[in-house]
Parts: sequence; structure tokens; C-alpha cells
Amino acid sequence: MSLLELRDVAVTYRSATGDVPAVRGVSLGLAEGEALGVAGESGSGKSTLAMSLLRLLPRDALVSGEILLDGEDVLTMSWGRLRAVRWASASLVFQGAQHALNPVRRIGDQIAEPLRVHGMATGAAARRRTAELLEQVGLPAWRARGYPHELSGGQRQRVMIAMALACSPRLIIADEPTTALDVMIQAQVLALIRSLIAEHGIGLIMISHDLSVLAATCDRLAVMYAGRVVESGPSREVFLDARHPYGRALAEAFPTVGDPASRMAPRGLGGDPPDPARLPAGCSFHPRCPVSLASCASEPVELRVVGRTGPDGAEVPHTAACVHVPEEVR
Amino acid sequence: MSTSTAEPAKAPPHEDHGGARRSLARYALVKLGGALLGIGLVIVATFFLFRLIPGDPTVAYTRDVPVTPDQLALLRRQMGLDRPLGEQFLDFVLRTLRLDLGTSYEYRRPVAELIGERVGPTLLLVGVGLTVAVGLGMWQGTRAAWRHGGRFDRLSTGTALTLWSVPTFWLGLLLLMVLAAGAGPIPGLFPTRGMRDVDAPEGPLYLLHVAHHLVLPCLTLVAVVYAQYLLVMRSSLLDEIGQDYVTTARAKGLRDDDVRRRHAVPNALLPTVTLVFMQIGFVVGGAVSVEFVYSWPGLGLLFVEAIRGPDYAVMQGTFMLVCVAVIVMNTLADVVYHVLDPRVRSA
Amino acid sequence: MSTKEDDTRDERAGEGASPVTAGGAAKTSRAADGAVATPRAIARTRRRAAFARFRRAYGRDRAGLYGAAILLVAVLAALVAPLITDPSGLDVTRATGAKMAPPSVGFPLGTDESGRSVLLMLLWGARVSLLIGFMSALLSMVIGTVFGIASGHFRGWVSAVLMRVTDWFLVLPALVLALVLAAVLGGGTSTIILAIGVTSWASTARLIRAQTLAVEARPYIERSRALGAGHWHVMTRHVLPNVAPLVLANTTLTVAGAIVTESTLAFLGADSGQVSWGGMLRASYDWGAATSGAWWYVLPPGLCIILVVLAFTLCGRALETVLNPRLRGAS
Repeated sequence: MSLLELRDVAVTYRSATGDVPAVRGVSLGLAEGEALGVAGESGSGKSTLAMSLLRLLPRDALVSGEILLDGEDVLTMSWGRLRAVRWASASLVFQGAQHALNPVRRIGDQIAEPLRVHGMATGAAARRRTAELLEQVGLPAWRARGYPHELSGGQRQRVMIAMALACSPRLIIADEPTTALDVMIQAQVLALIRSLIAEHGIGLIMISHDLSVLAATCDRLAVMYAGRVVESGPSREVFLDARHPYGRALAEAFPTVGDPASRMAPRGLGGDPPDPARLPAGCSFHPRCPVSLASCASEPVELRVVGRTGPDGAEVPHTAACVHVPEEVR
Repeated sequence: MSTSTAEPAKAPPHEDHGGARRSLARYALVKLGGALLGIGLVIVATFFLFRLIPGDPTVAYTRDVPVTPDQLALLRRQMGLDRPLGEQFLDFVLRTLRLDLGTSYEYRRPVAELIGERVGPTLLLVGVGLTVAVGLGMWQGTRAAWRHGGRFDRLSTGTALTLWSVPTFWLGLLLLMVLAAGAGPIPGLFPTRGMRDVDAPEGPLYLLHVAHHLVLPCLTLVAVVYAQYLLVMRSSLLDEIGQDYVTTARAKGLRDDDVRRRHAVPNALLPTVTLVFMQIGFVVGGAVSVEFVYSWPGLGLLFVEAIRGPDYAVMQGTFMLVCVAVIVMNTLADVVYHVLDPRVRSA
Repeated sequence: MSTKEDDTRDERAGEGASPVTAGGAAKTSRAADGAVATPRAIARTRRRAAFARFRRAYGRDRAGLYGAAILLVAVLAALVAPLITDPSGLDVTRATGAKMAPPSVGFPLGTDESGRSVLLMLLWGARVSLLIGFMSALLSMVIGTVFGIASGHFRGWVSAVLMRVTDWFLVLPALVLALVLAAVLGGGTSTIILAIGVTSWASTARLIRAQTLAVEARPYIERSRALGAGHWHVMTRHVLPNVAPLVLANTTLTVAGAIVTESTLAFLGADSGQVSWGGMLRASYDWGAATSGAWWYVLPPGLCIILVVLAFTLCGRALETVLNPRLRGAS
């Protein structure tokens, strides 16, 4: 049974100057214990998508479609049920935990807060669990008495991870969890995340613009552009053999250390991501696409299957929304 | 899985707490030094300000009484005006530090005595007024920010802006006209002047009597002053609402009220409280107007009456006192903020 | 992330000085159509485009438009007063009406305690209030800008001293200080202007100091210093043009405060010697208008003050929103 299933999810921001579609029809699935990476530049809608999973978007955002968490649709849940589900079934890890932690409350209080809210533990039991969680992320228990500003960036991120694990959720949504960190710390935090989700069998959705980080940590990858998924599949395949021109550019943006060919090859993509309020017609990528055809400016392309293999022989389709991918003949 | 930067599992050395206490003491000392400097500046400024008076001060003091040139010369010697400026200044400073603030021309009594009599009513008015204004302003500002853009928000902000445009004294006049004197068929509900009438009752009823007199002045003061606190709290809270930790709190499943009460408001209170203290000068100005309109027997009324004289000794004394009080309050605010904000505490 | 904010910042950067060289040397470049574009010409076109954008953005703020309309009416009324009315009606000895009479045909807003027309006094009072309001705000703005830019630009003890002085003025009760100044220097329009101007510059200075620090952190300032730009040059050619929009918005708000202060000073006895709204209210108080129900003497001057002050406040806030992209859509 799938842990999380998104069916044609769309998010539109209503504003005085018109509607802005941030996410335009995304369908994804996540099985128990699986790790999915969502990649894309700023403005691709990936963070909006992440926030929508627990209905954390502001009131002026309209969400349509279905978000099935353990079979229940988050979008039609009652308010009370939603609050019970938040953190207990799925929790969040933000980027730049600089401001994701309340600066005037102690760390221990903040980690124990969801335990109290969901009636799982109070008082001494909560303190014990907090100490346990801190230990799991490699921080000493006495840190619980301190405040967020006393910690370094990497340590704060660990606290966020500890906090996310508090209620033993089935799913963790990590939005750019390592973006603001030094490379060395980044590696440590990623390793920590990997080991914890494997140990507890937690599902993971990780959002990042760094494809190599996602490829190393996740089983599957989905690349988003202008509010749509333009490529998805087993992470290794998508990273090494991207079929969508944007996916390819993203993969090549990060040089392979030690590979002389990658040193000399031209990198990067001209232009800026499109303004969600003024998307180009047809395939939204075509203005920047190095291999666009005349038809790309008028006809949008749906996801097409590239191949159907996956890790351990499980059938995980590799799909890409590009006209250059031949349509599957059934 | 252990990492290469695992920290020692034992507790941190206890010198941390001592360090925080030492830094607080150091900070308070620095702030105290700053306050003393400020007060010193006030004394110096007062001295030179009141020497700016055009013309001969003795003439101002004797305008109603015909005096001979000899008497004028005697007065000059008595007032110390024949001495060099430096000596006058030193004399002034020493006397001020001894709390000898001169003698009032109008009342023929020591200024310090007059001030002593009038301080109580002013403290009562400003104390009650500030408490109500801060409470109301913060509550309304919180609600307005939490339901940002809604009807309550727009109404509150609009009212606050309008009230800020209303001169305090005019509002007082208006309330006097309508609520104290009575307009048309509506009778006057409140007294028109003073803190008590000649026929004031004794005992506990006295308190009620004074409270009855306090209503209109307090209302006037609050109406103009609370708008500031509303706007400040609103903008502070709006800043906090946009922060990630509020989203985290929501994501944890907290109720809306709890997110506001336990996370957003405590963070927004810190800058608000500081700003409240910084605006005390503005409140003092409002109190002066209110006391005059309602003939409330406080320092403000004393001050305005001294302008009419002009009674420079009284003006000088009350001016210095008010400025010193404001500086002291601000220093207090700085220290209190330092204690309350954990980020600053351990710095 | 998005480059829109950067665009606006760079736009404004280009408005006052050429970002290429500190001295604005006449380097020319050829645009696509072959026209010669000097840095000055580029700056001019950008300024014009920016002004058009500003007008459009301001037009979107309904409250600001109301404020501007009210101000226009008030200023016109004040300017036109000597042309359409006879100032002799303000002379106490030549008053013709009944004393403290309610509104009638001859006196649309009634009369004061000497029999003068309240409406006439209101019109002429507008001139005084607006004049004092403008001038004192101007003085306050000049002092505040000088202090603000200087304390933001210089480092070390100069900046520390300037900041201490600013904080001192900020903390002190402005009204009390202004009252003392006005009483000590004697009444009169110029002393009132001085009193208000000297006591209200501190918050402007703080604001401008913050903005100066932000402007001087930009890379082109460092470049221009490397090219030999001195203090005066950096402050006037780089900081001042960038700070100017903020100063404009702030001054509008300062005028609002100055008018309230002027009327309060007049009410409390620090008169300018002429008929003003505050002075009218003081007279009304002295003659017991409030307690005797002479509403025509109490309401109109106060309402005028509120209207004009509100108008300036709305305009000031609209300017702030328009000129500061961060605030747009936030309130």
C-alpha cells in the first residue's frame, strides 16, 4: 500500500493582480520506507508542493486534486483530523533552521512540544524521549536546556531532525535540509537522514535544487519545472541518463570531480525560470531549451515512458515530458 | 550512527551561568553610565536653555512691581547674575544635585515643594492611562495582525491612524463638551475639572470620587496614546508571523490560538515592549495637554501655568524632572529587554 | 532568488550617479539604433520612466489619493484666502458680529468671544498652520538628514557621538522641550518653527542613518572610494539621491506631526501671535465654549486639524509604500 499518493495536485495563489499557478497538476506516489527526491530551481513549485501536503499554505492558496496520506485525503480532512495527522503521521524539516526554531524557547521544549500536543508524553517521559531523540541525531542530552542561537547551523539542523522524529511519523518531508550548510556538514546531515529513515522505515520526500545530493540519498527522483513534473524515475537513471533537456542540464550543472570530460564540457543554462504568472505557451521550457522544435511552442507534452526498470528489478518507470522521447507503443 | 563531531555527553561547565550574570551586570553598568551621561546633558542643556531668555531675567521677575535701579542691582546679586558664567553653572549643578530647584515666582514657594505636591496626581493619571493604553493597544494589535487584512484589521488600523491625527487637547475639549457639560438632551455625566470637588467624601468613597474624576482625563490620554501601541504590536507580530518557526508550530498540529500565544506573541512582545518605553516622551506630552484641559492638579498643569507667568524656576524644575524620569525609564527598558531576550542574555 | 528587487535597487542606484565611474566622465556608448547614450542621458530616461512608474503606483493607493485631494483643497484655500476675504475681519477691535453667537446667515460658522467670524478665522488660521507645519518639517528634515547621513557615513567616535545625541533627542519628550524653547525664546512664527523643528528631527535621523548604512554597503560605493571619491562626494552624489525618496515620504509624515504640535503649542500658550487653529481652541477654552455648548467654536478648528493631519499621514504612508518595494502588499 502506498504511503503517499498525489493525484493531479494543483496550487494556485489568488492575488489582486490575478491567479498565479504555482503547481499545475502533479501526480506522484511514495511507498512505505521509500525516499523520493524532488528537484528544481526556485519558482518551480517544489516548496509549494511540499507545504501543500499538510495544508500549510496561506489562505490565499487554492489547492485542488487529491493528496492521499495512508489512504486519507488530506485536502478534505476535518480540521481536527488534520491537526492530529500533522507531525504524528508526517513531519517537516525546513531549510535554514535559523528561523525554523523559535528563538526564545528552549530546544528541549520545542522537541517535546509535539509529544505534548499529540498526547504522547508529558513531563519526565517527554524529557526522556527528548534525550533519546537528541542522542539519535548525535547531540548530547544537555543541549535540551539551551536555546537555538547557541548552536551552529549543522547542530540546528540535527535538532530539526530530532524534532521531526518525535512522534515517530511515517513520512518526513525535508525542504532543502542541507542547502544552507557547509559541504562537510551537509554530508554528515545527509548520512544521518539516510541512516535514520532506514532504521525506522520512514518514508522521505526531499526537496532540493542539488540533483547530486538527491541522487545520492533517494531511491527515486522527480524533476519539477514551472509547476509540473518533467521527469521522474529511479534516481540513478534520472541522474546519469536524463531524457528531458532540463533534467539533463540540472544533472550536468554539478561537475563530476575527477572526470576530465566534465571539466571541459559547457555547463549551465541561459535564461531565468519563467514567471508563474506569465508562463510560455506549449512546453513551458521551450524558450530555454537547446533542442526545442517548432511544435514545442504550441503543444505541451505529457510525461512519456522512457524505460521500465528499477532497483532490485522492481518496475519503476522512468518518464520524461519531452517531445524527443518516443511515445510508448503498447 | 555516531559522527565525527559528536559532543561530550556530560553537562557543560557551570561557569556558563556565572558568565551570563556577569555580562548582565556589565551591561547594566554600561547602561547606567549612559543614563548618567544623559542626565548630565539634561542639566547642562537646561542651564543654557534658560539663559537663552532674551532680555534681562530680573525684568521678567519684577514686571509687576515698580523697582528702583538699586533694588534691581540687589536682585541681580541675589540671583547670582553678576558672577561669571562658569560660577553660575557650577552653582546651578550643585544646587540641582541637592534637589534645590529654586523658588517659584508665582507661588513664592520652593519649586521642589510644589513638584512634590503635584507628582502624585500625575503618576496616577499616567500610570492608569499607560496600563489601559498598553493593554488595549497590544490586544487589539495582536488580533488585527492575526487576522491580517480582515475587517477588524482594517477598522483597527484606520481608527488608530485617525486617532493619531487628533490633537489630544481637542479630544479633551470634545469629551468635556459632550460628556461633562452635556450636549442637548444628554446630561453631563462627569465632572468638568480637577481631581476632587470641595465637597469630596471621606474614606473609601473618596477613592470612588477620585476615580469618577479620573475617567475623562484617562480616556482622553488613552485614546491618543494607545494607537501607537496598536500599530507597533501589529507590525511586530506581522514580522513574526512570516517566520519559519510559526509554520513549524502549525505543522506540529498546534491549534491556531496556541501558535499565536506560545510562539508568535512572545517573540513580538520583545521589540514592542522596548518601543513602548521609548514612546514615554510622547505620553508625557499627552499628559500635559490632558492635565491642562481638565485642570488635573499634576505636574503638567503646573508646567503650563508656569508658561503663562512666565515662572521660569518652575518651568526649569519640572522640565528637568520630566526629562530625567524619561531617561531613567528608557534605561530600565534596555536592561529589562536584556534580561528577557535569551539571545542577548548569553552574548 | 528573483531579480526584481535587484532591478529596483540598481535602477535607483543609476538615478543619481553613474555607476560606472565616480566622476561621471563622459563615456559614451552606442545603443542598438546607433544613438549616442551618455551616462547622463541614460540617467535622465531612467528617471523619467521611474517617475511614470511612481505616478502609476501612487495612483493605485486609494487612501493616498484622498489624502492628496484634501491637501490640495487645504493649500488652495490657504493661498486664496487673502484674495477672497478681508483680513480686517480678524481685528478684534473691528468685529461686527454678536459675541459667541451660533451660526447664522452672515456668519456661517458663528462668532467667537469678540464677535469675529469663525469661518474667516478658520481660513486664515489655515495659512498659519500650514506654513508653520511645512517650515518646521523642512527644518526638521534638514537637521535629520544631516545627522542621519553623517552618523551613517562616518565611523568611529564621530558616529558614536552623533548617535548619542540623536538618541538623546529621541528619548526626550518633544512637546515639553518645544514648550520650553517657545517660552524661552518668546512667541512668534519663527521661534515656533524653530522649536518644533529642533525637537522632531531625531526619528528622521535614525531612519536615514539606517538607509545610509544600507546604501554604503553596496559595491559601487567601494569602487567609487577606490577611485578617490571623498566624503563629501560619496555623501552628496551617492547616498543623498538614494535616500531622497525615503526623506520625502518621511517629511510628509513629519508635517502631519508638526501641525499637531503647532496647534498643541498654541493651545497651551506658546502662541505665534497670529490667528491659528490651536489659538482659536485656546480662546474657546478660556471663554468656556466647551462647557457652555458653543460647538461651532470648538468643533470646526479641531476637525480642520484632523482632516489636514490625516491627509498628510495618508499621503506619507502611500509614499512609503510606493517607494519601498518591501512594504508593497504588506499592509
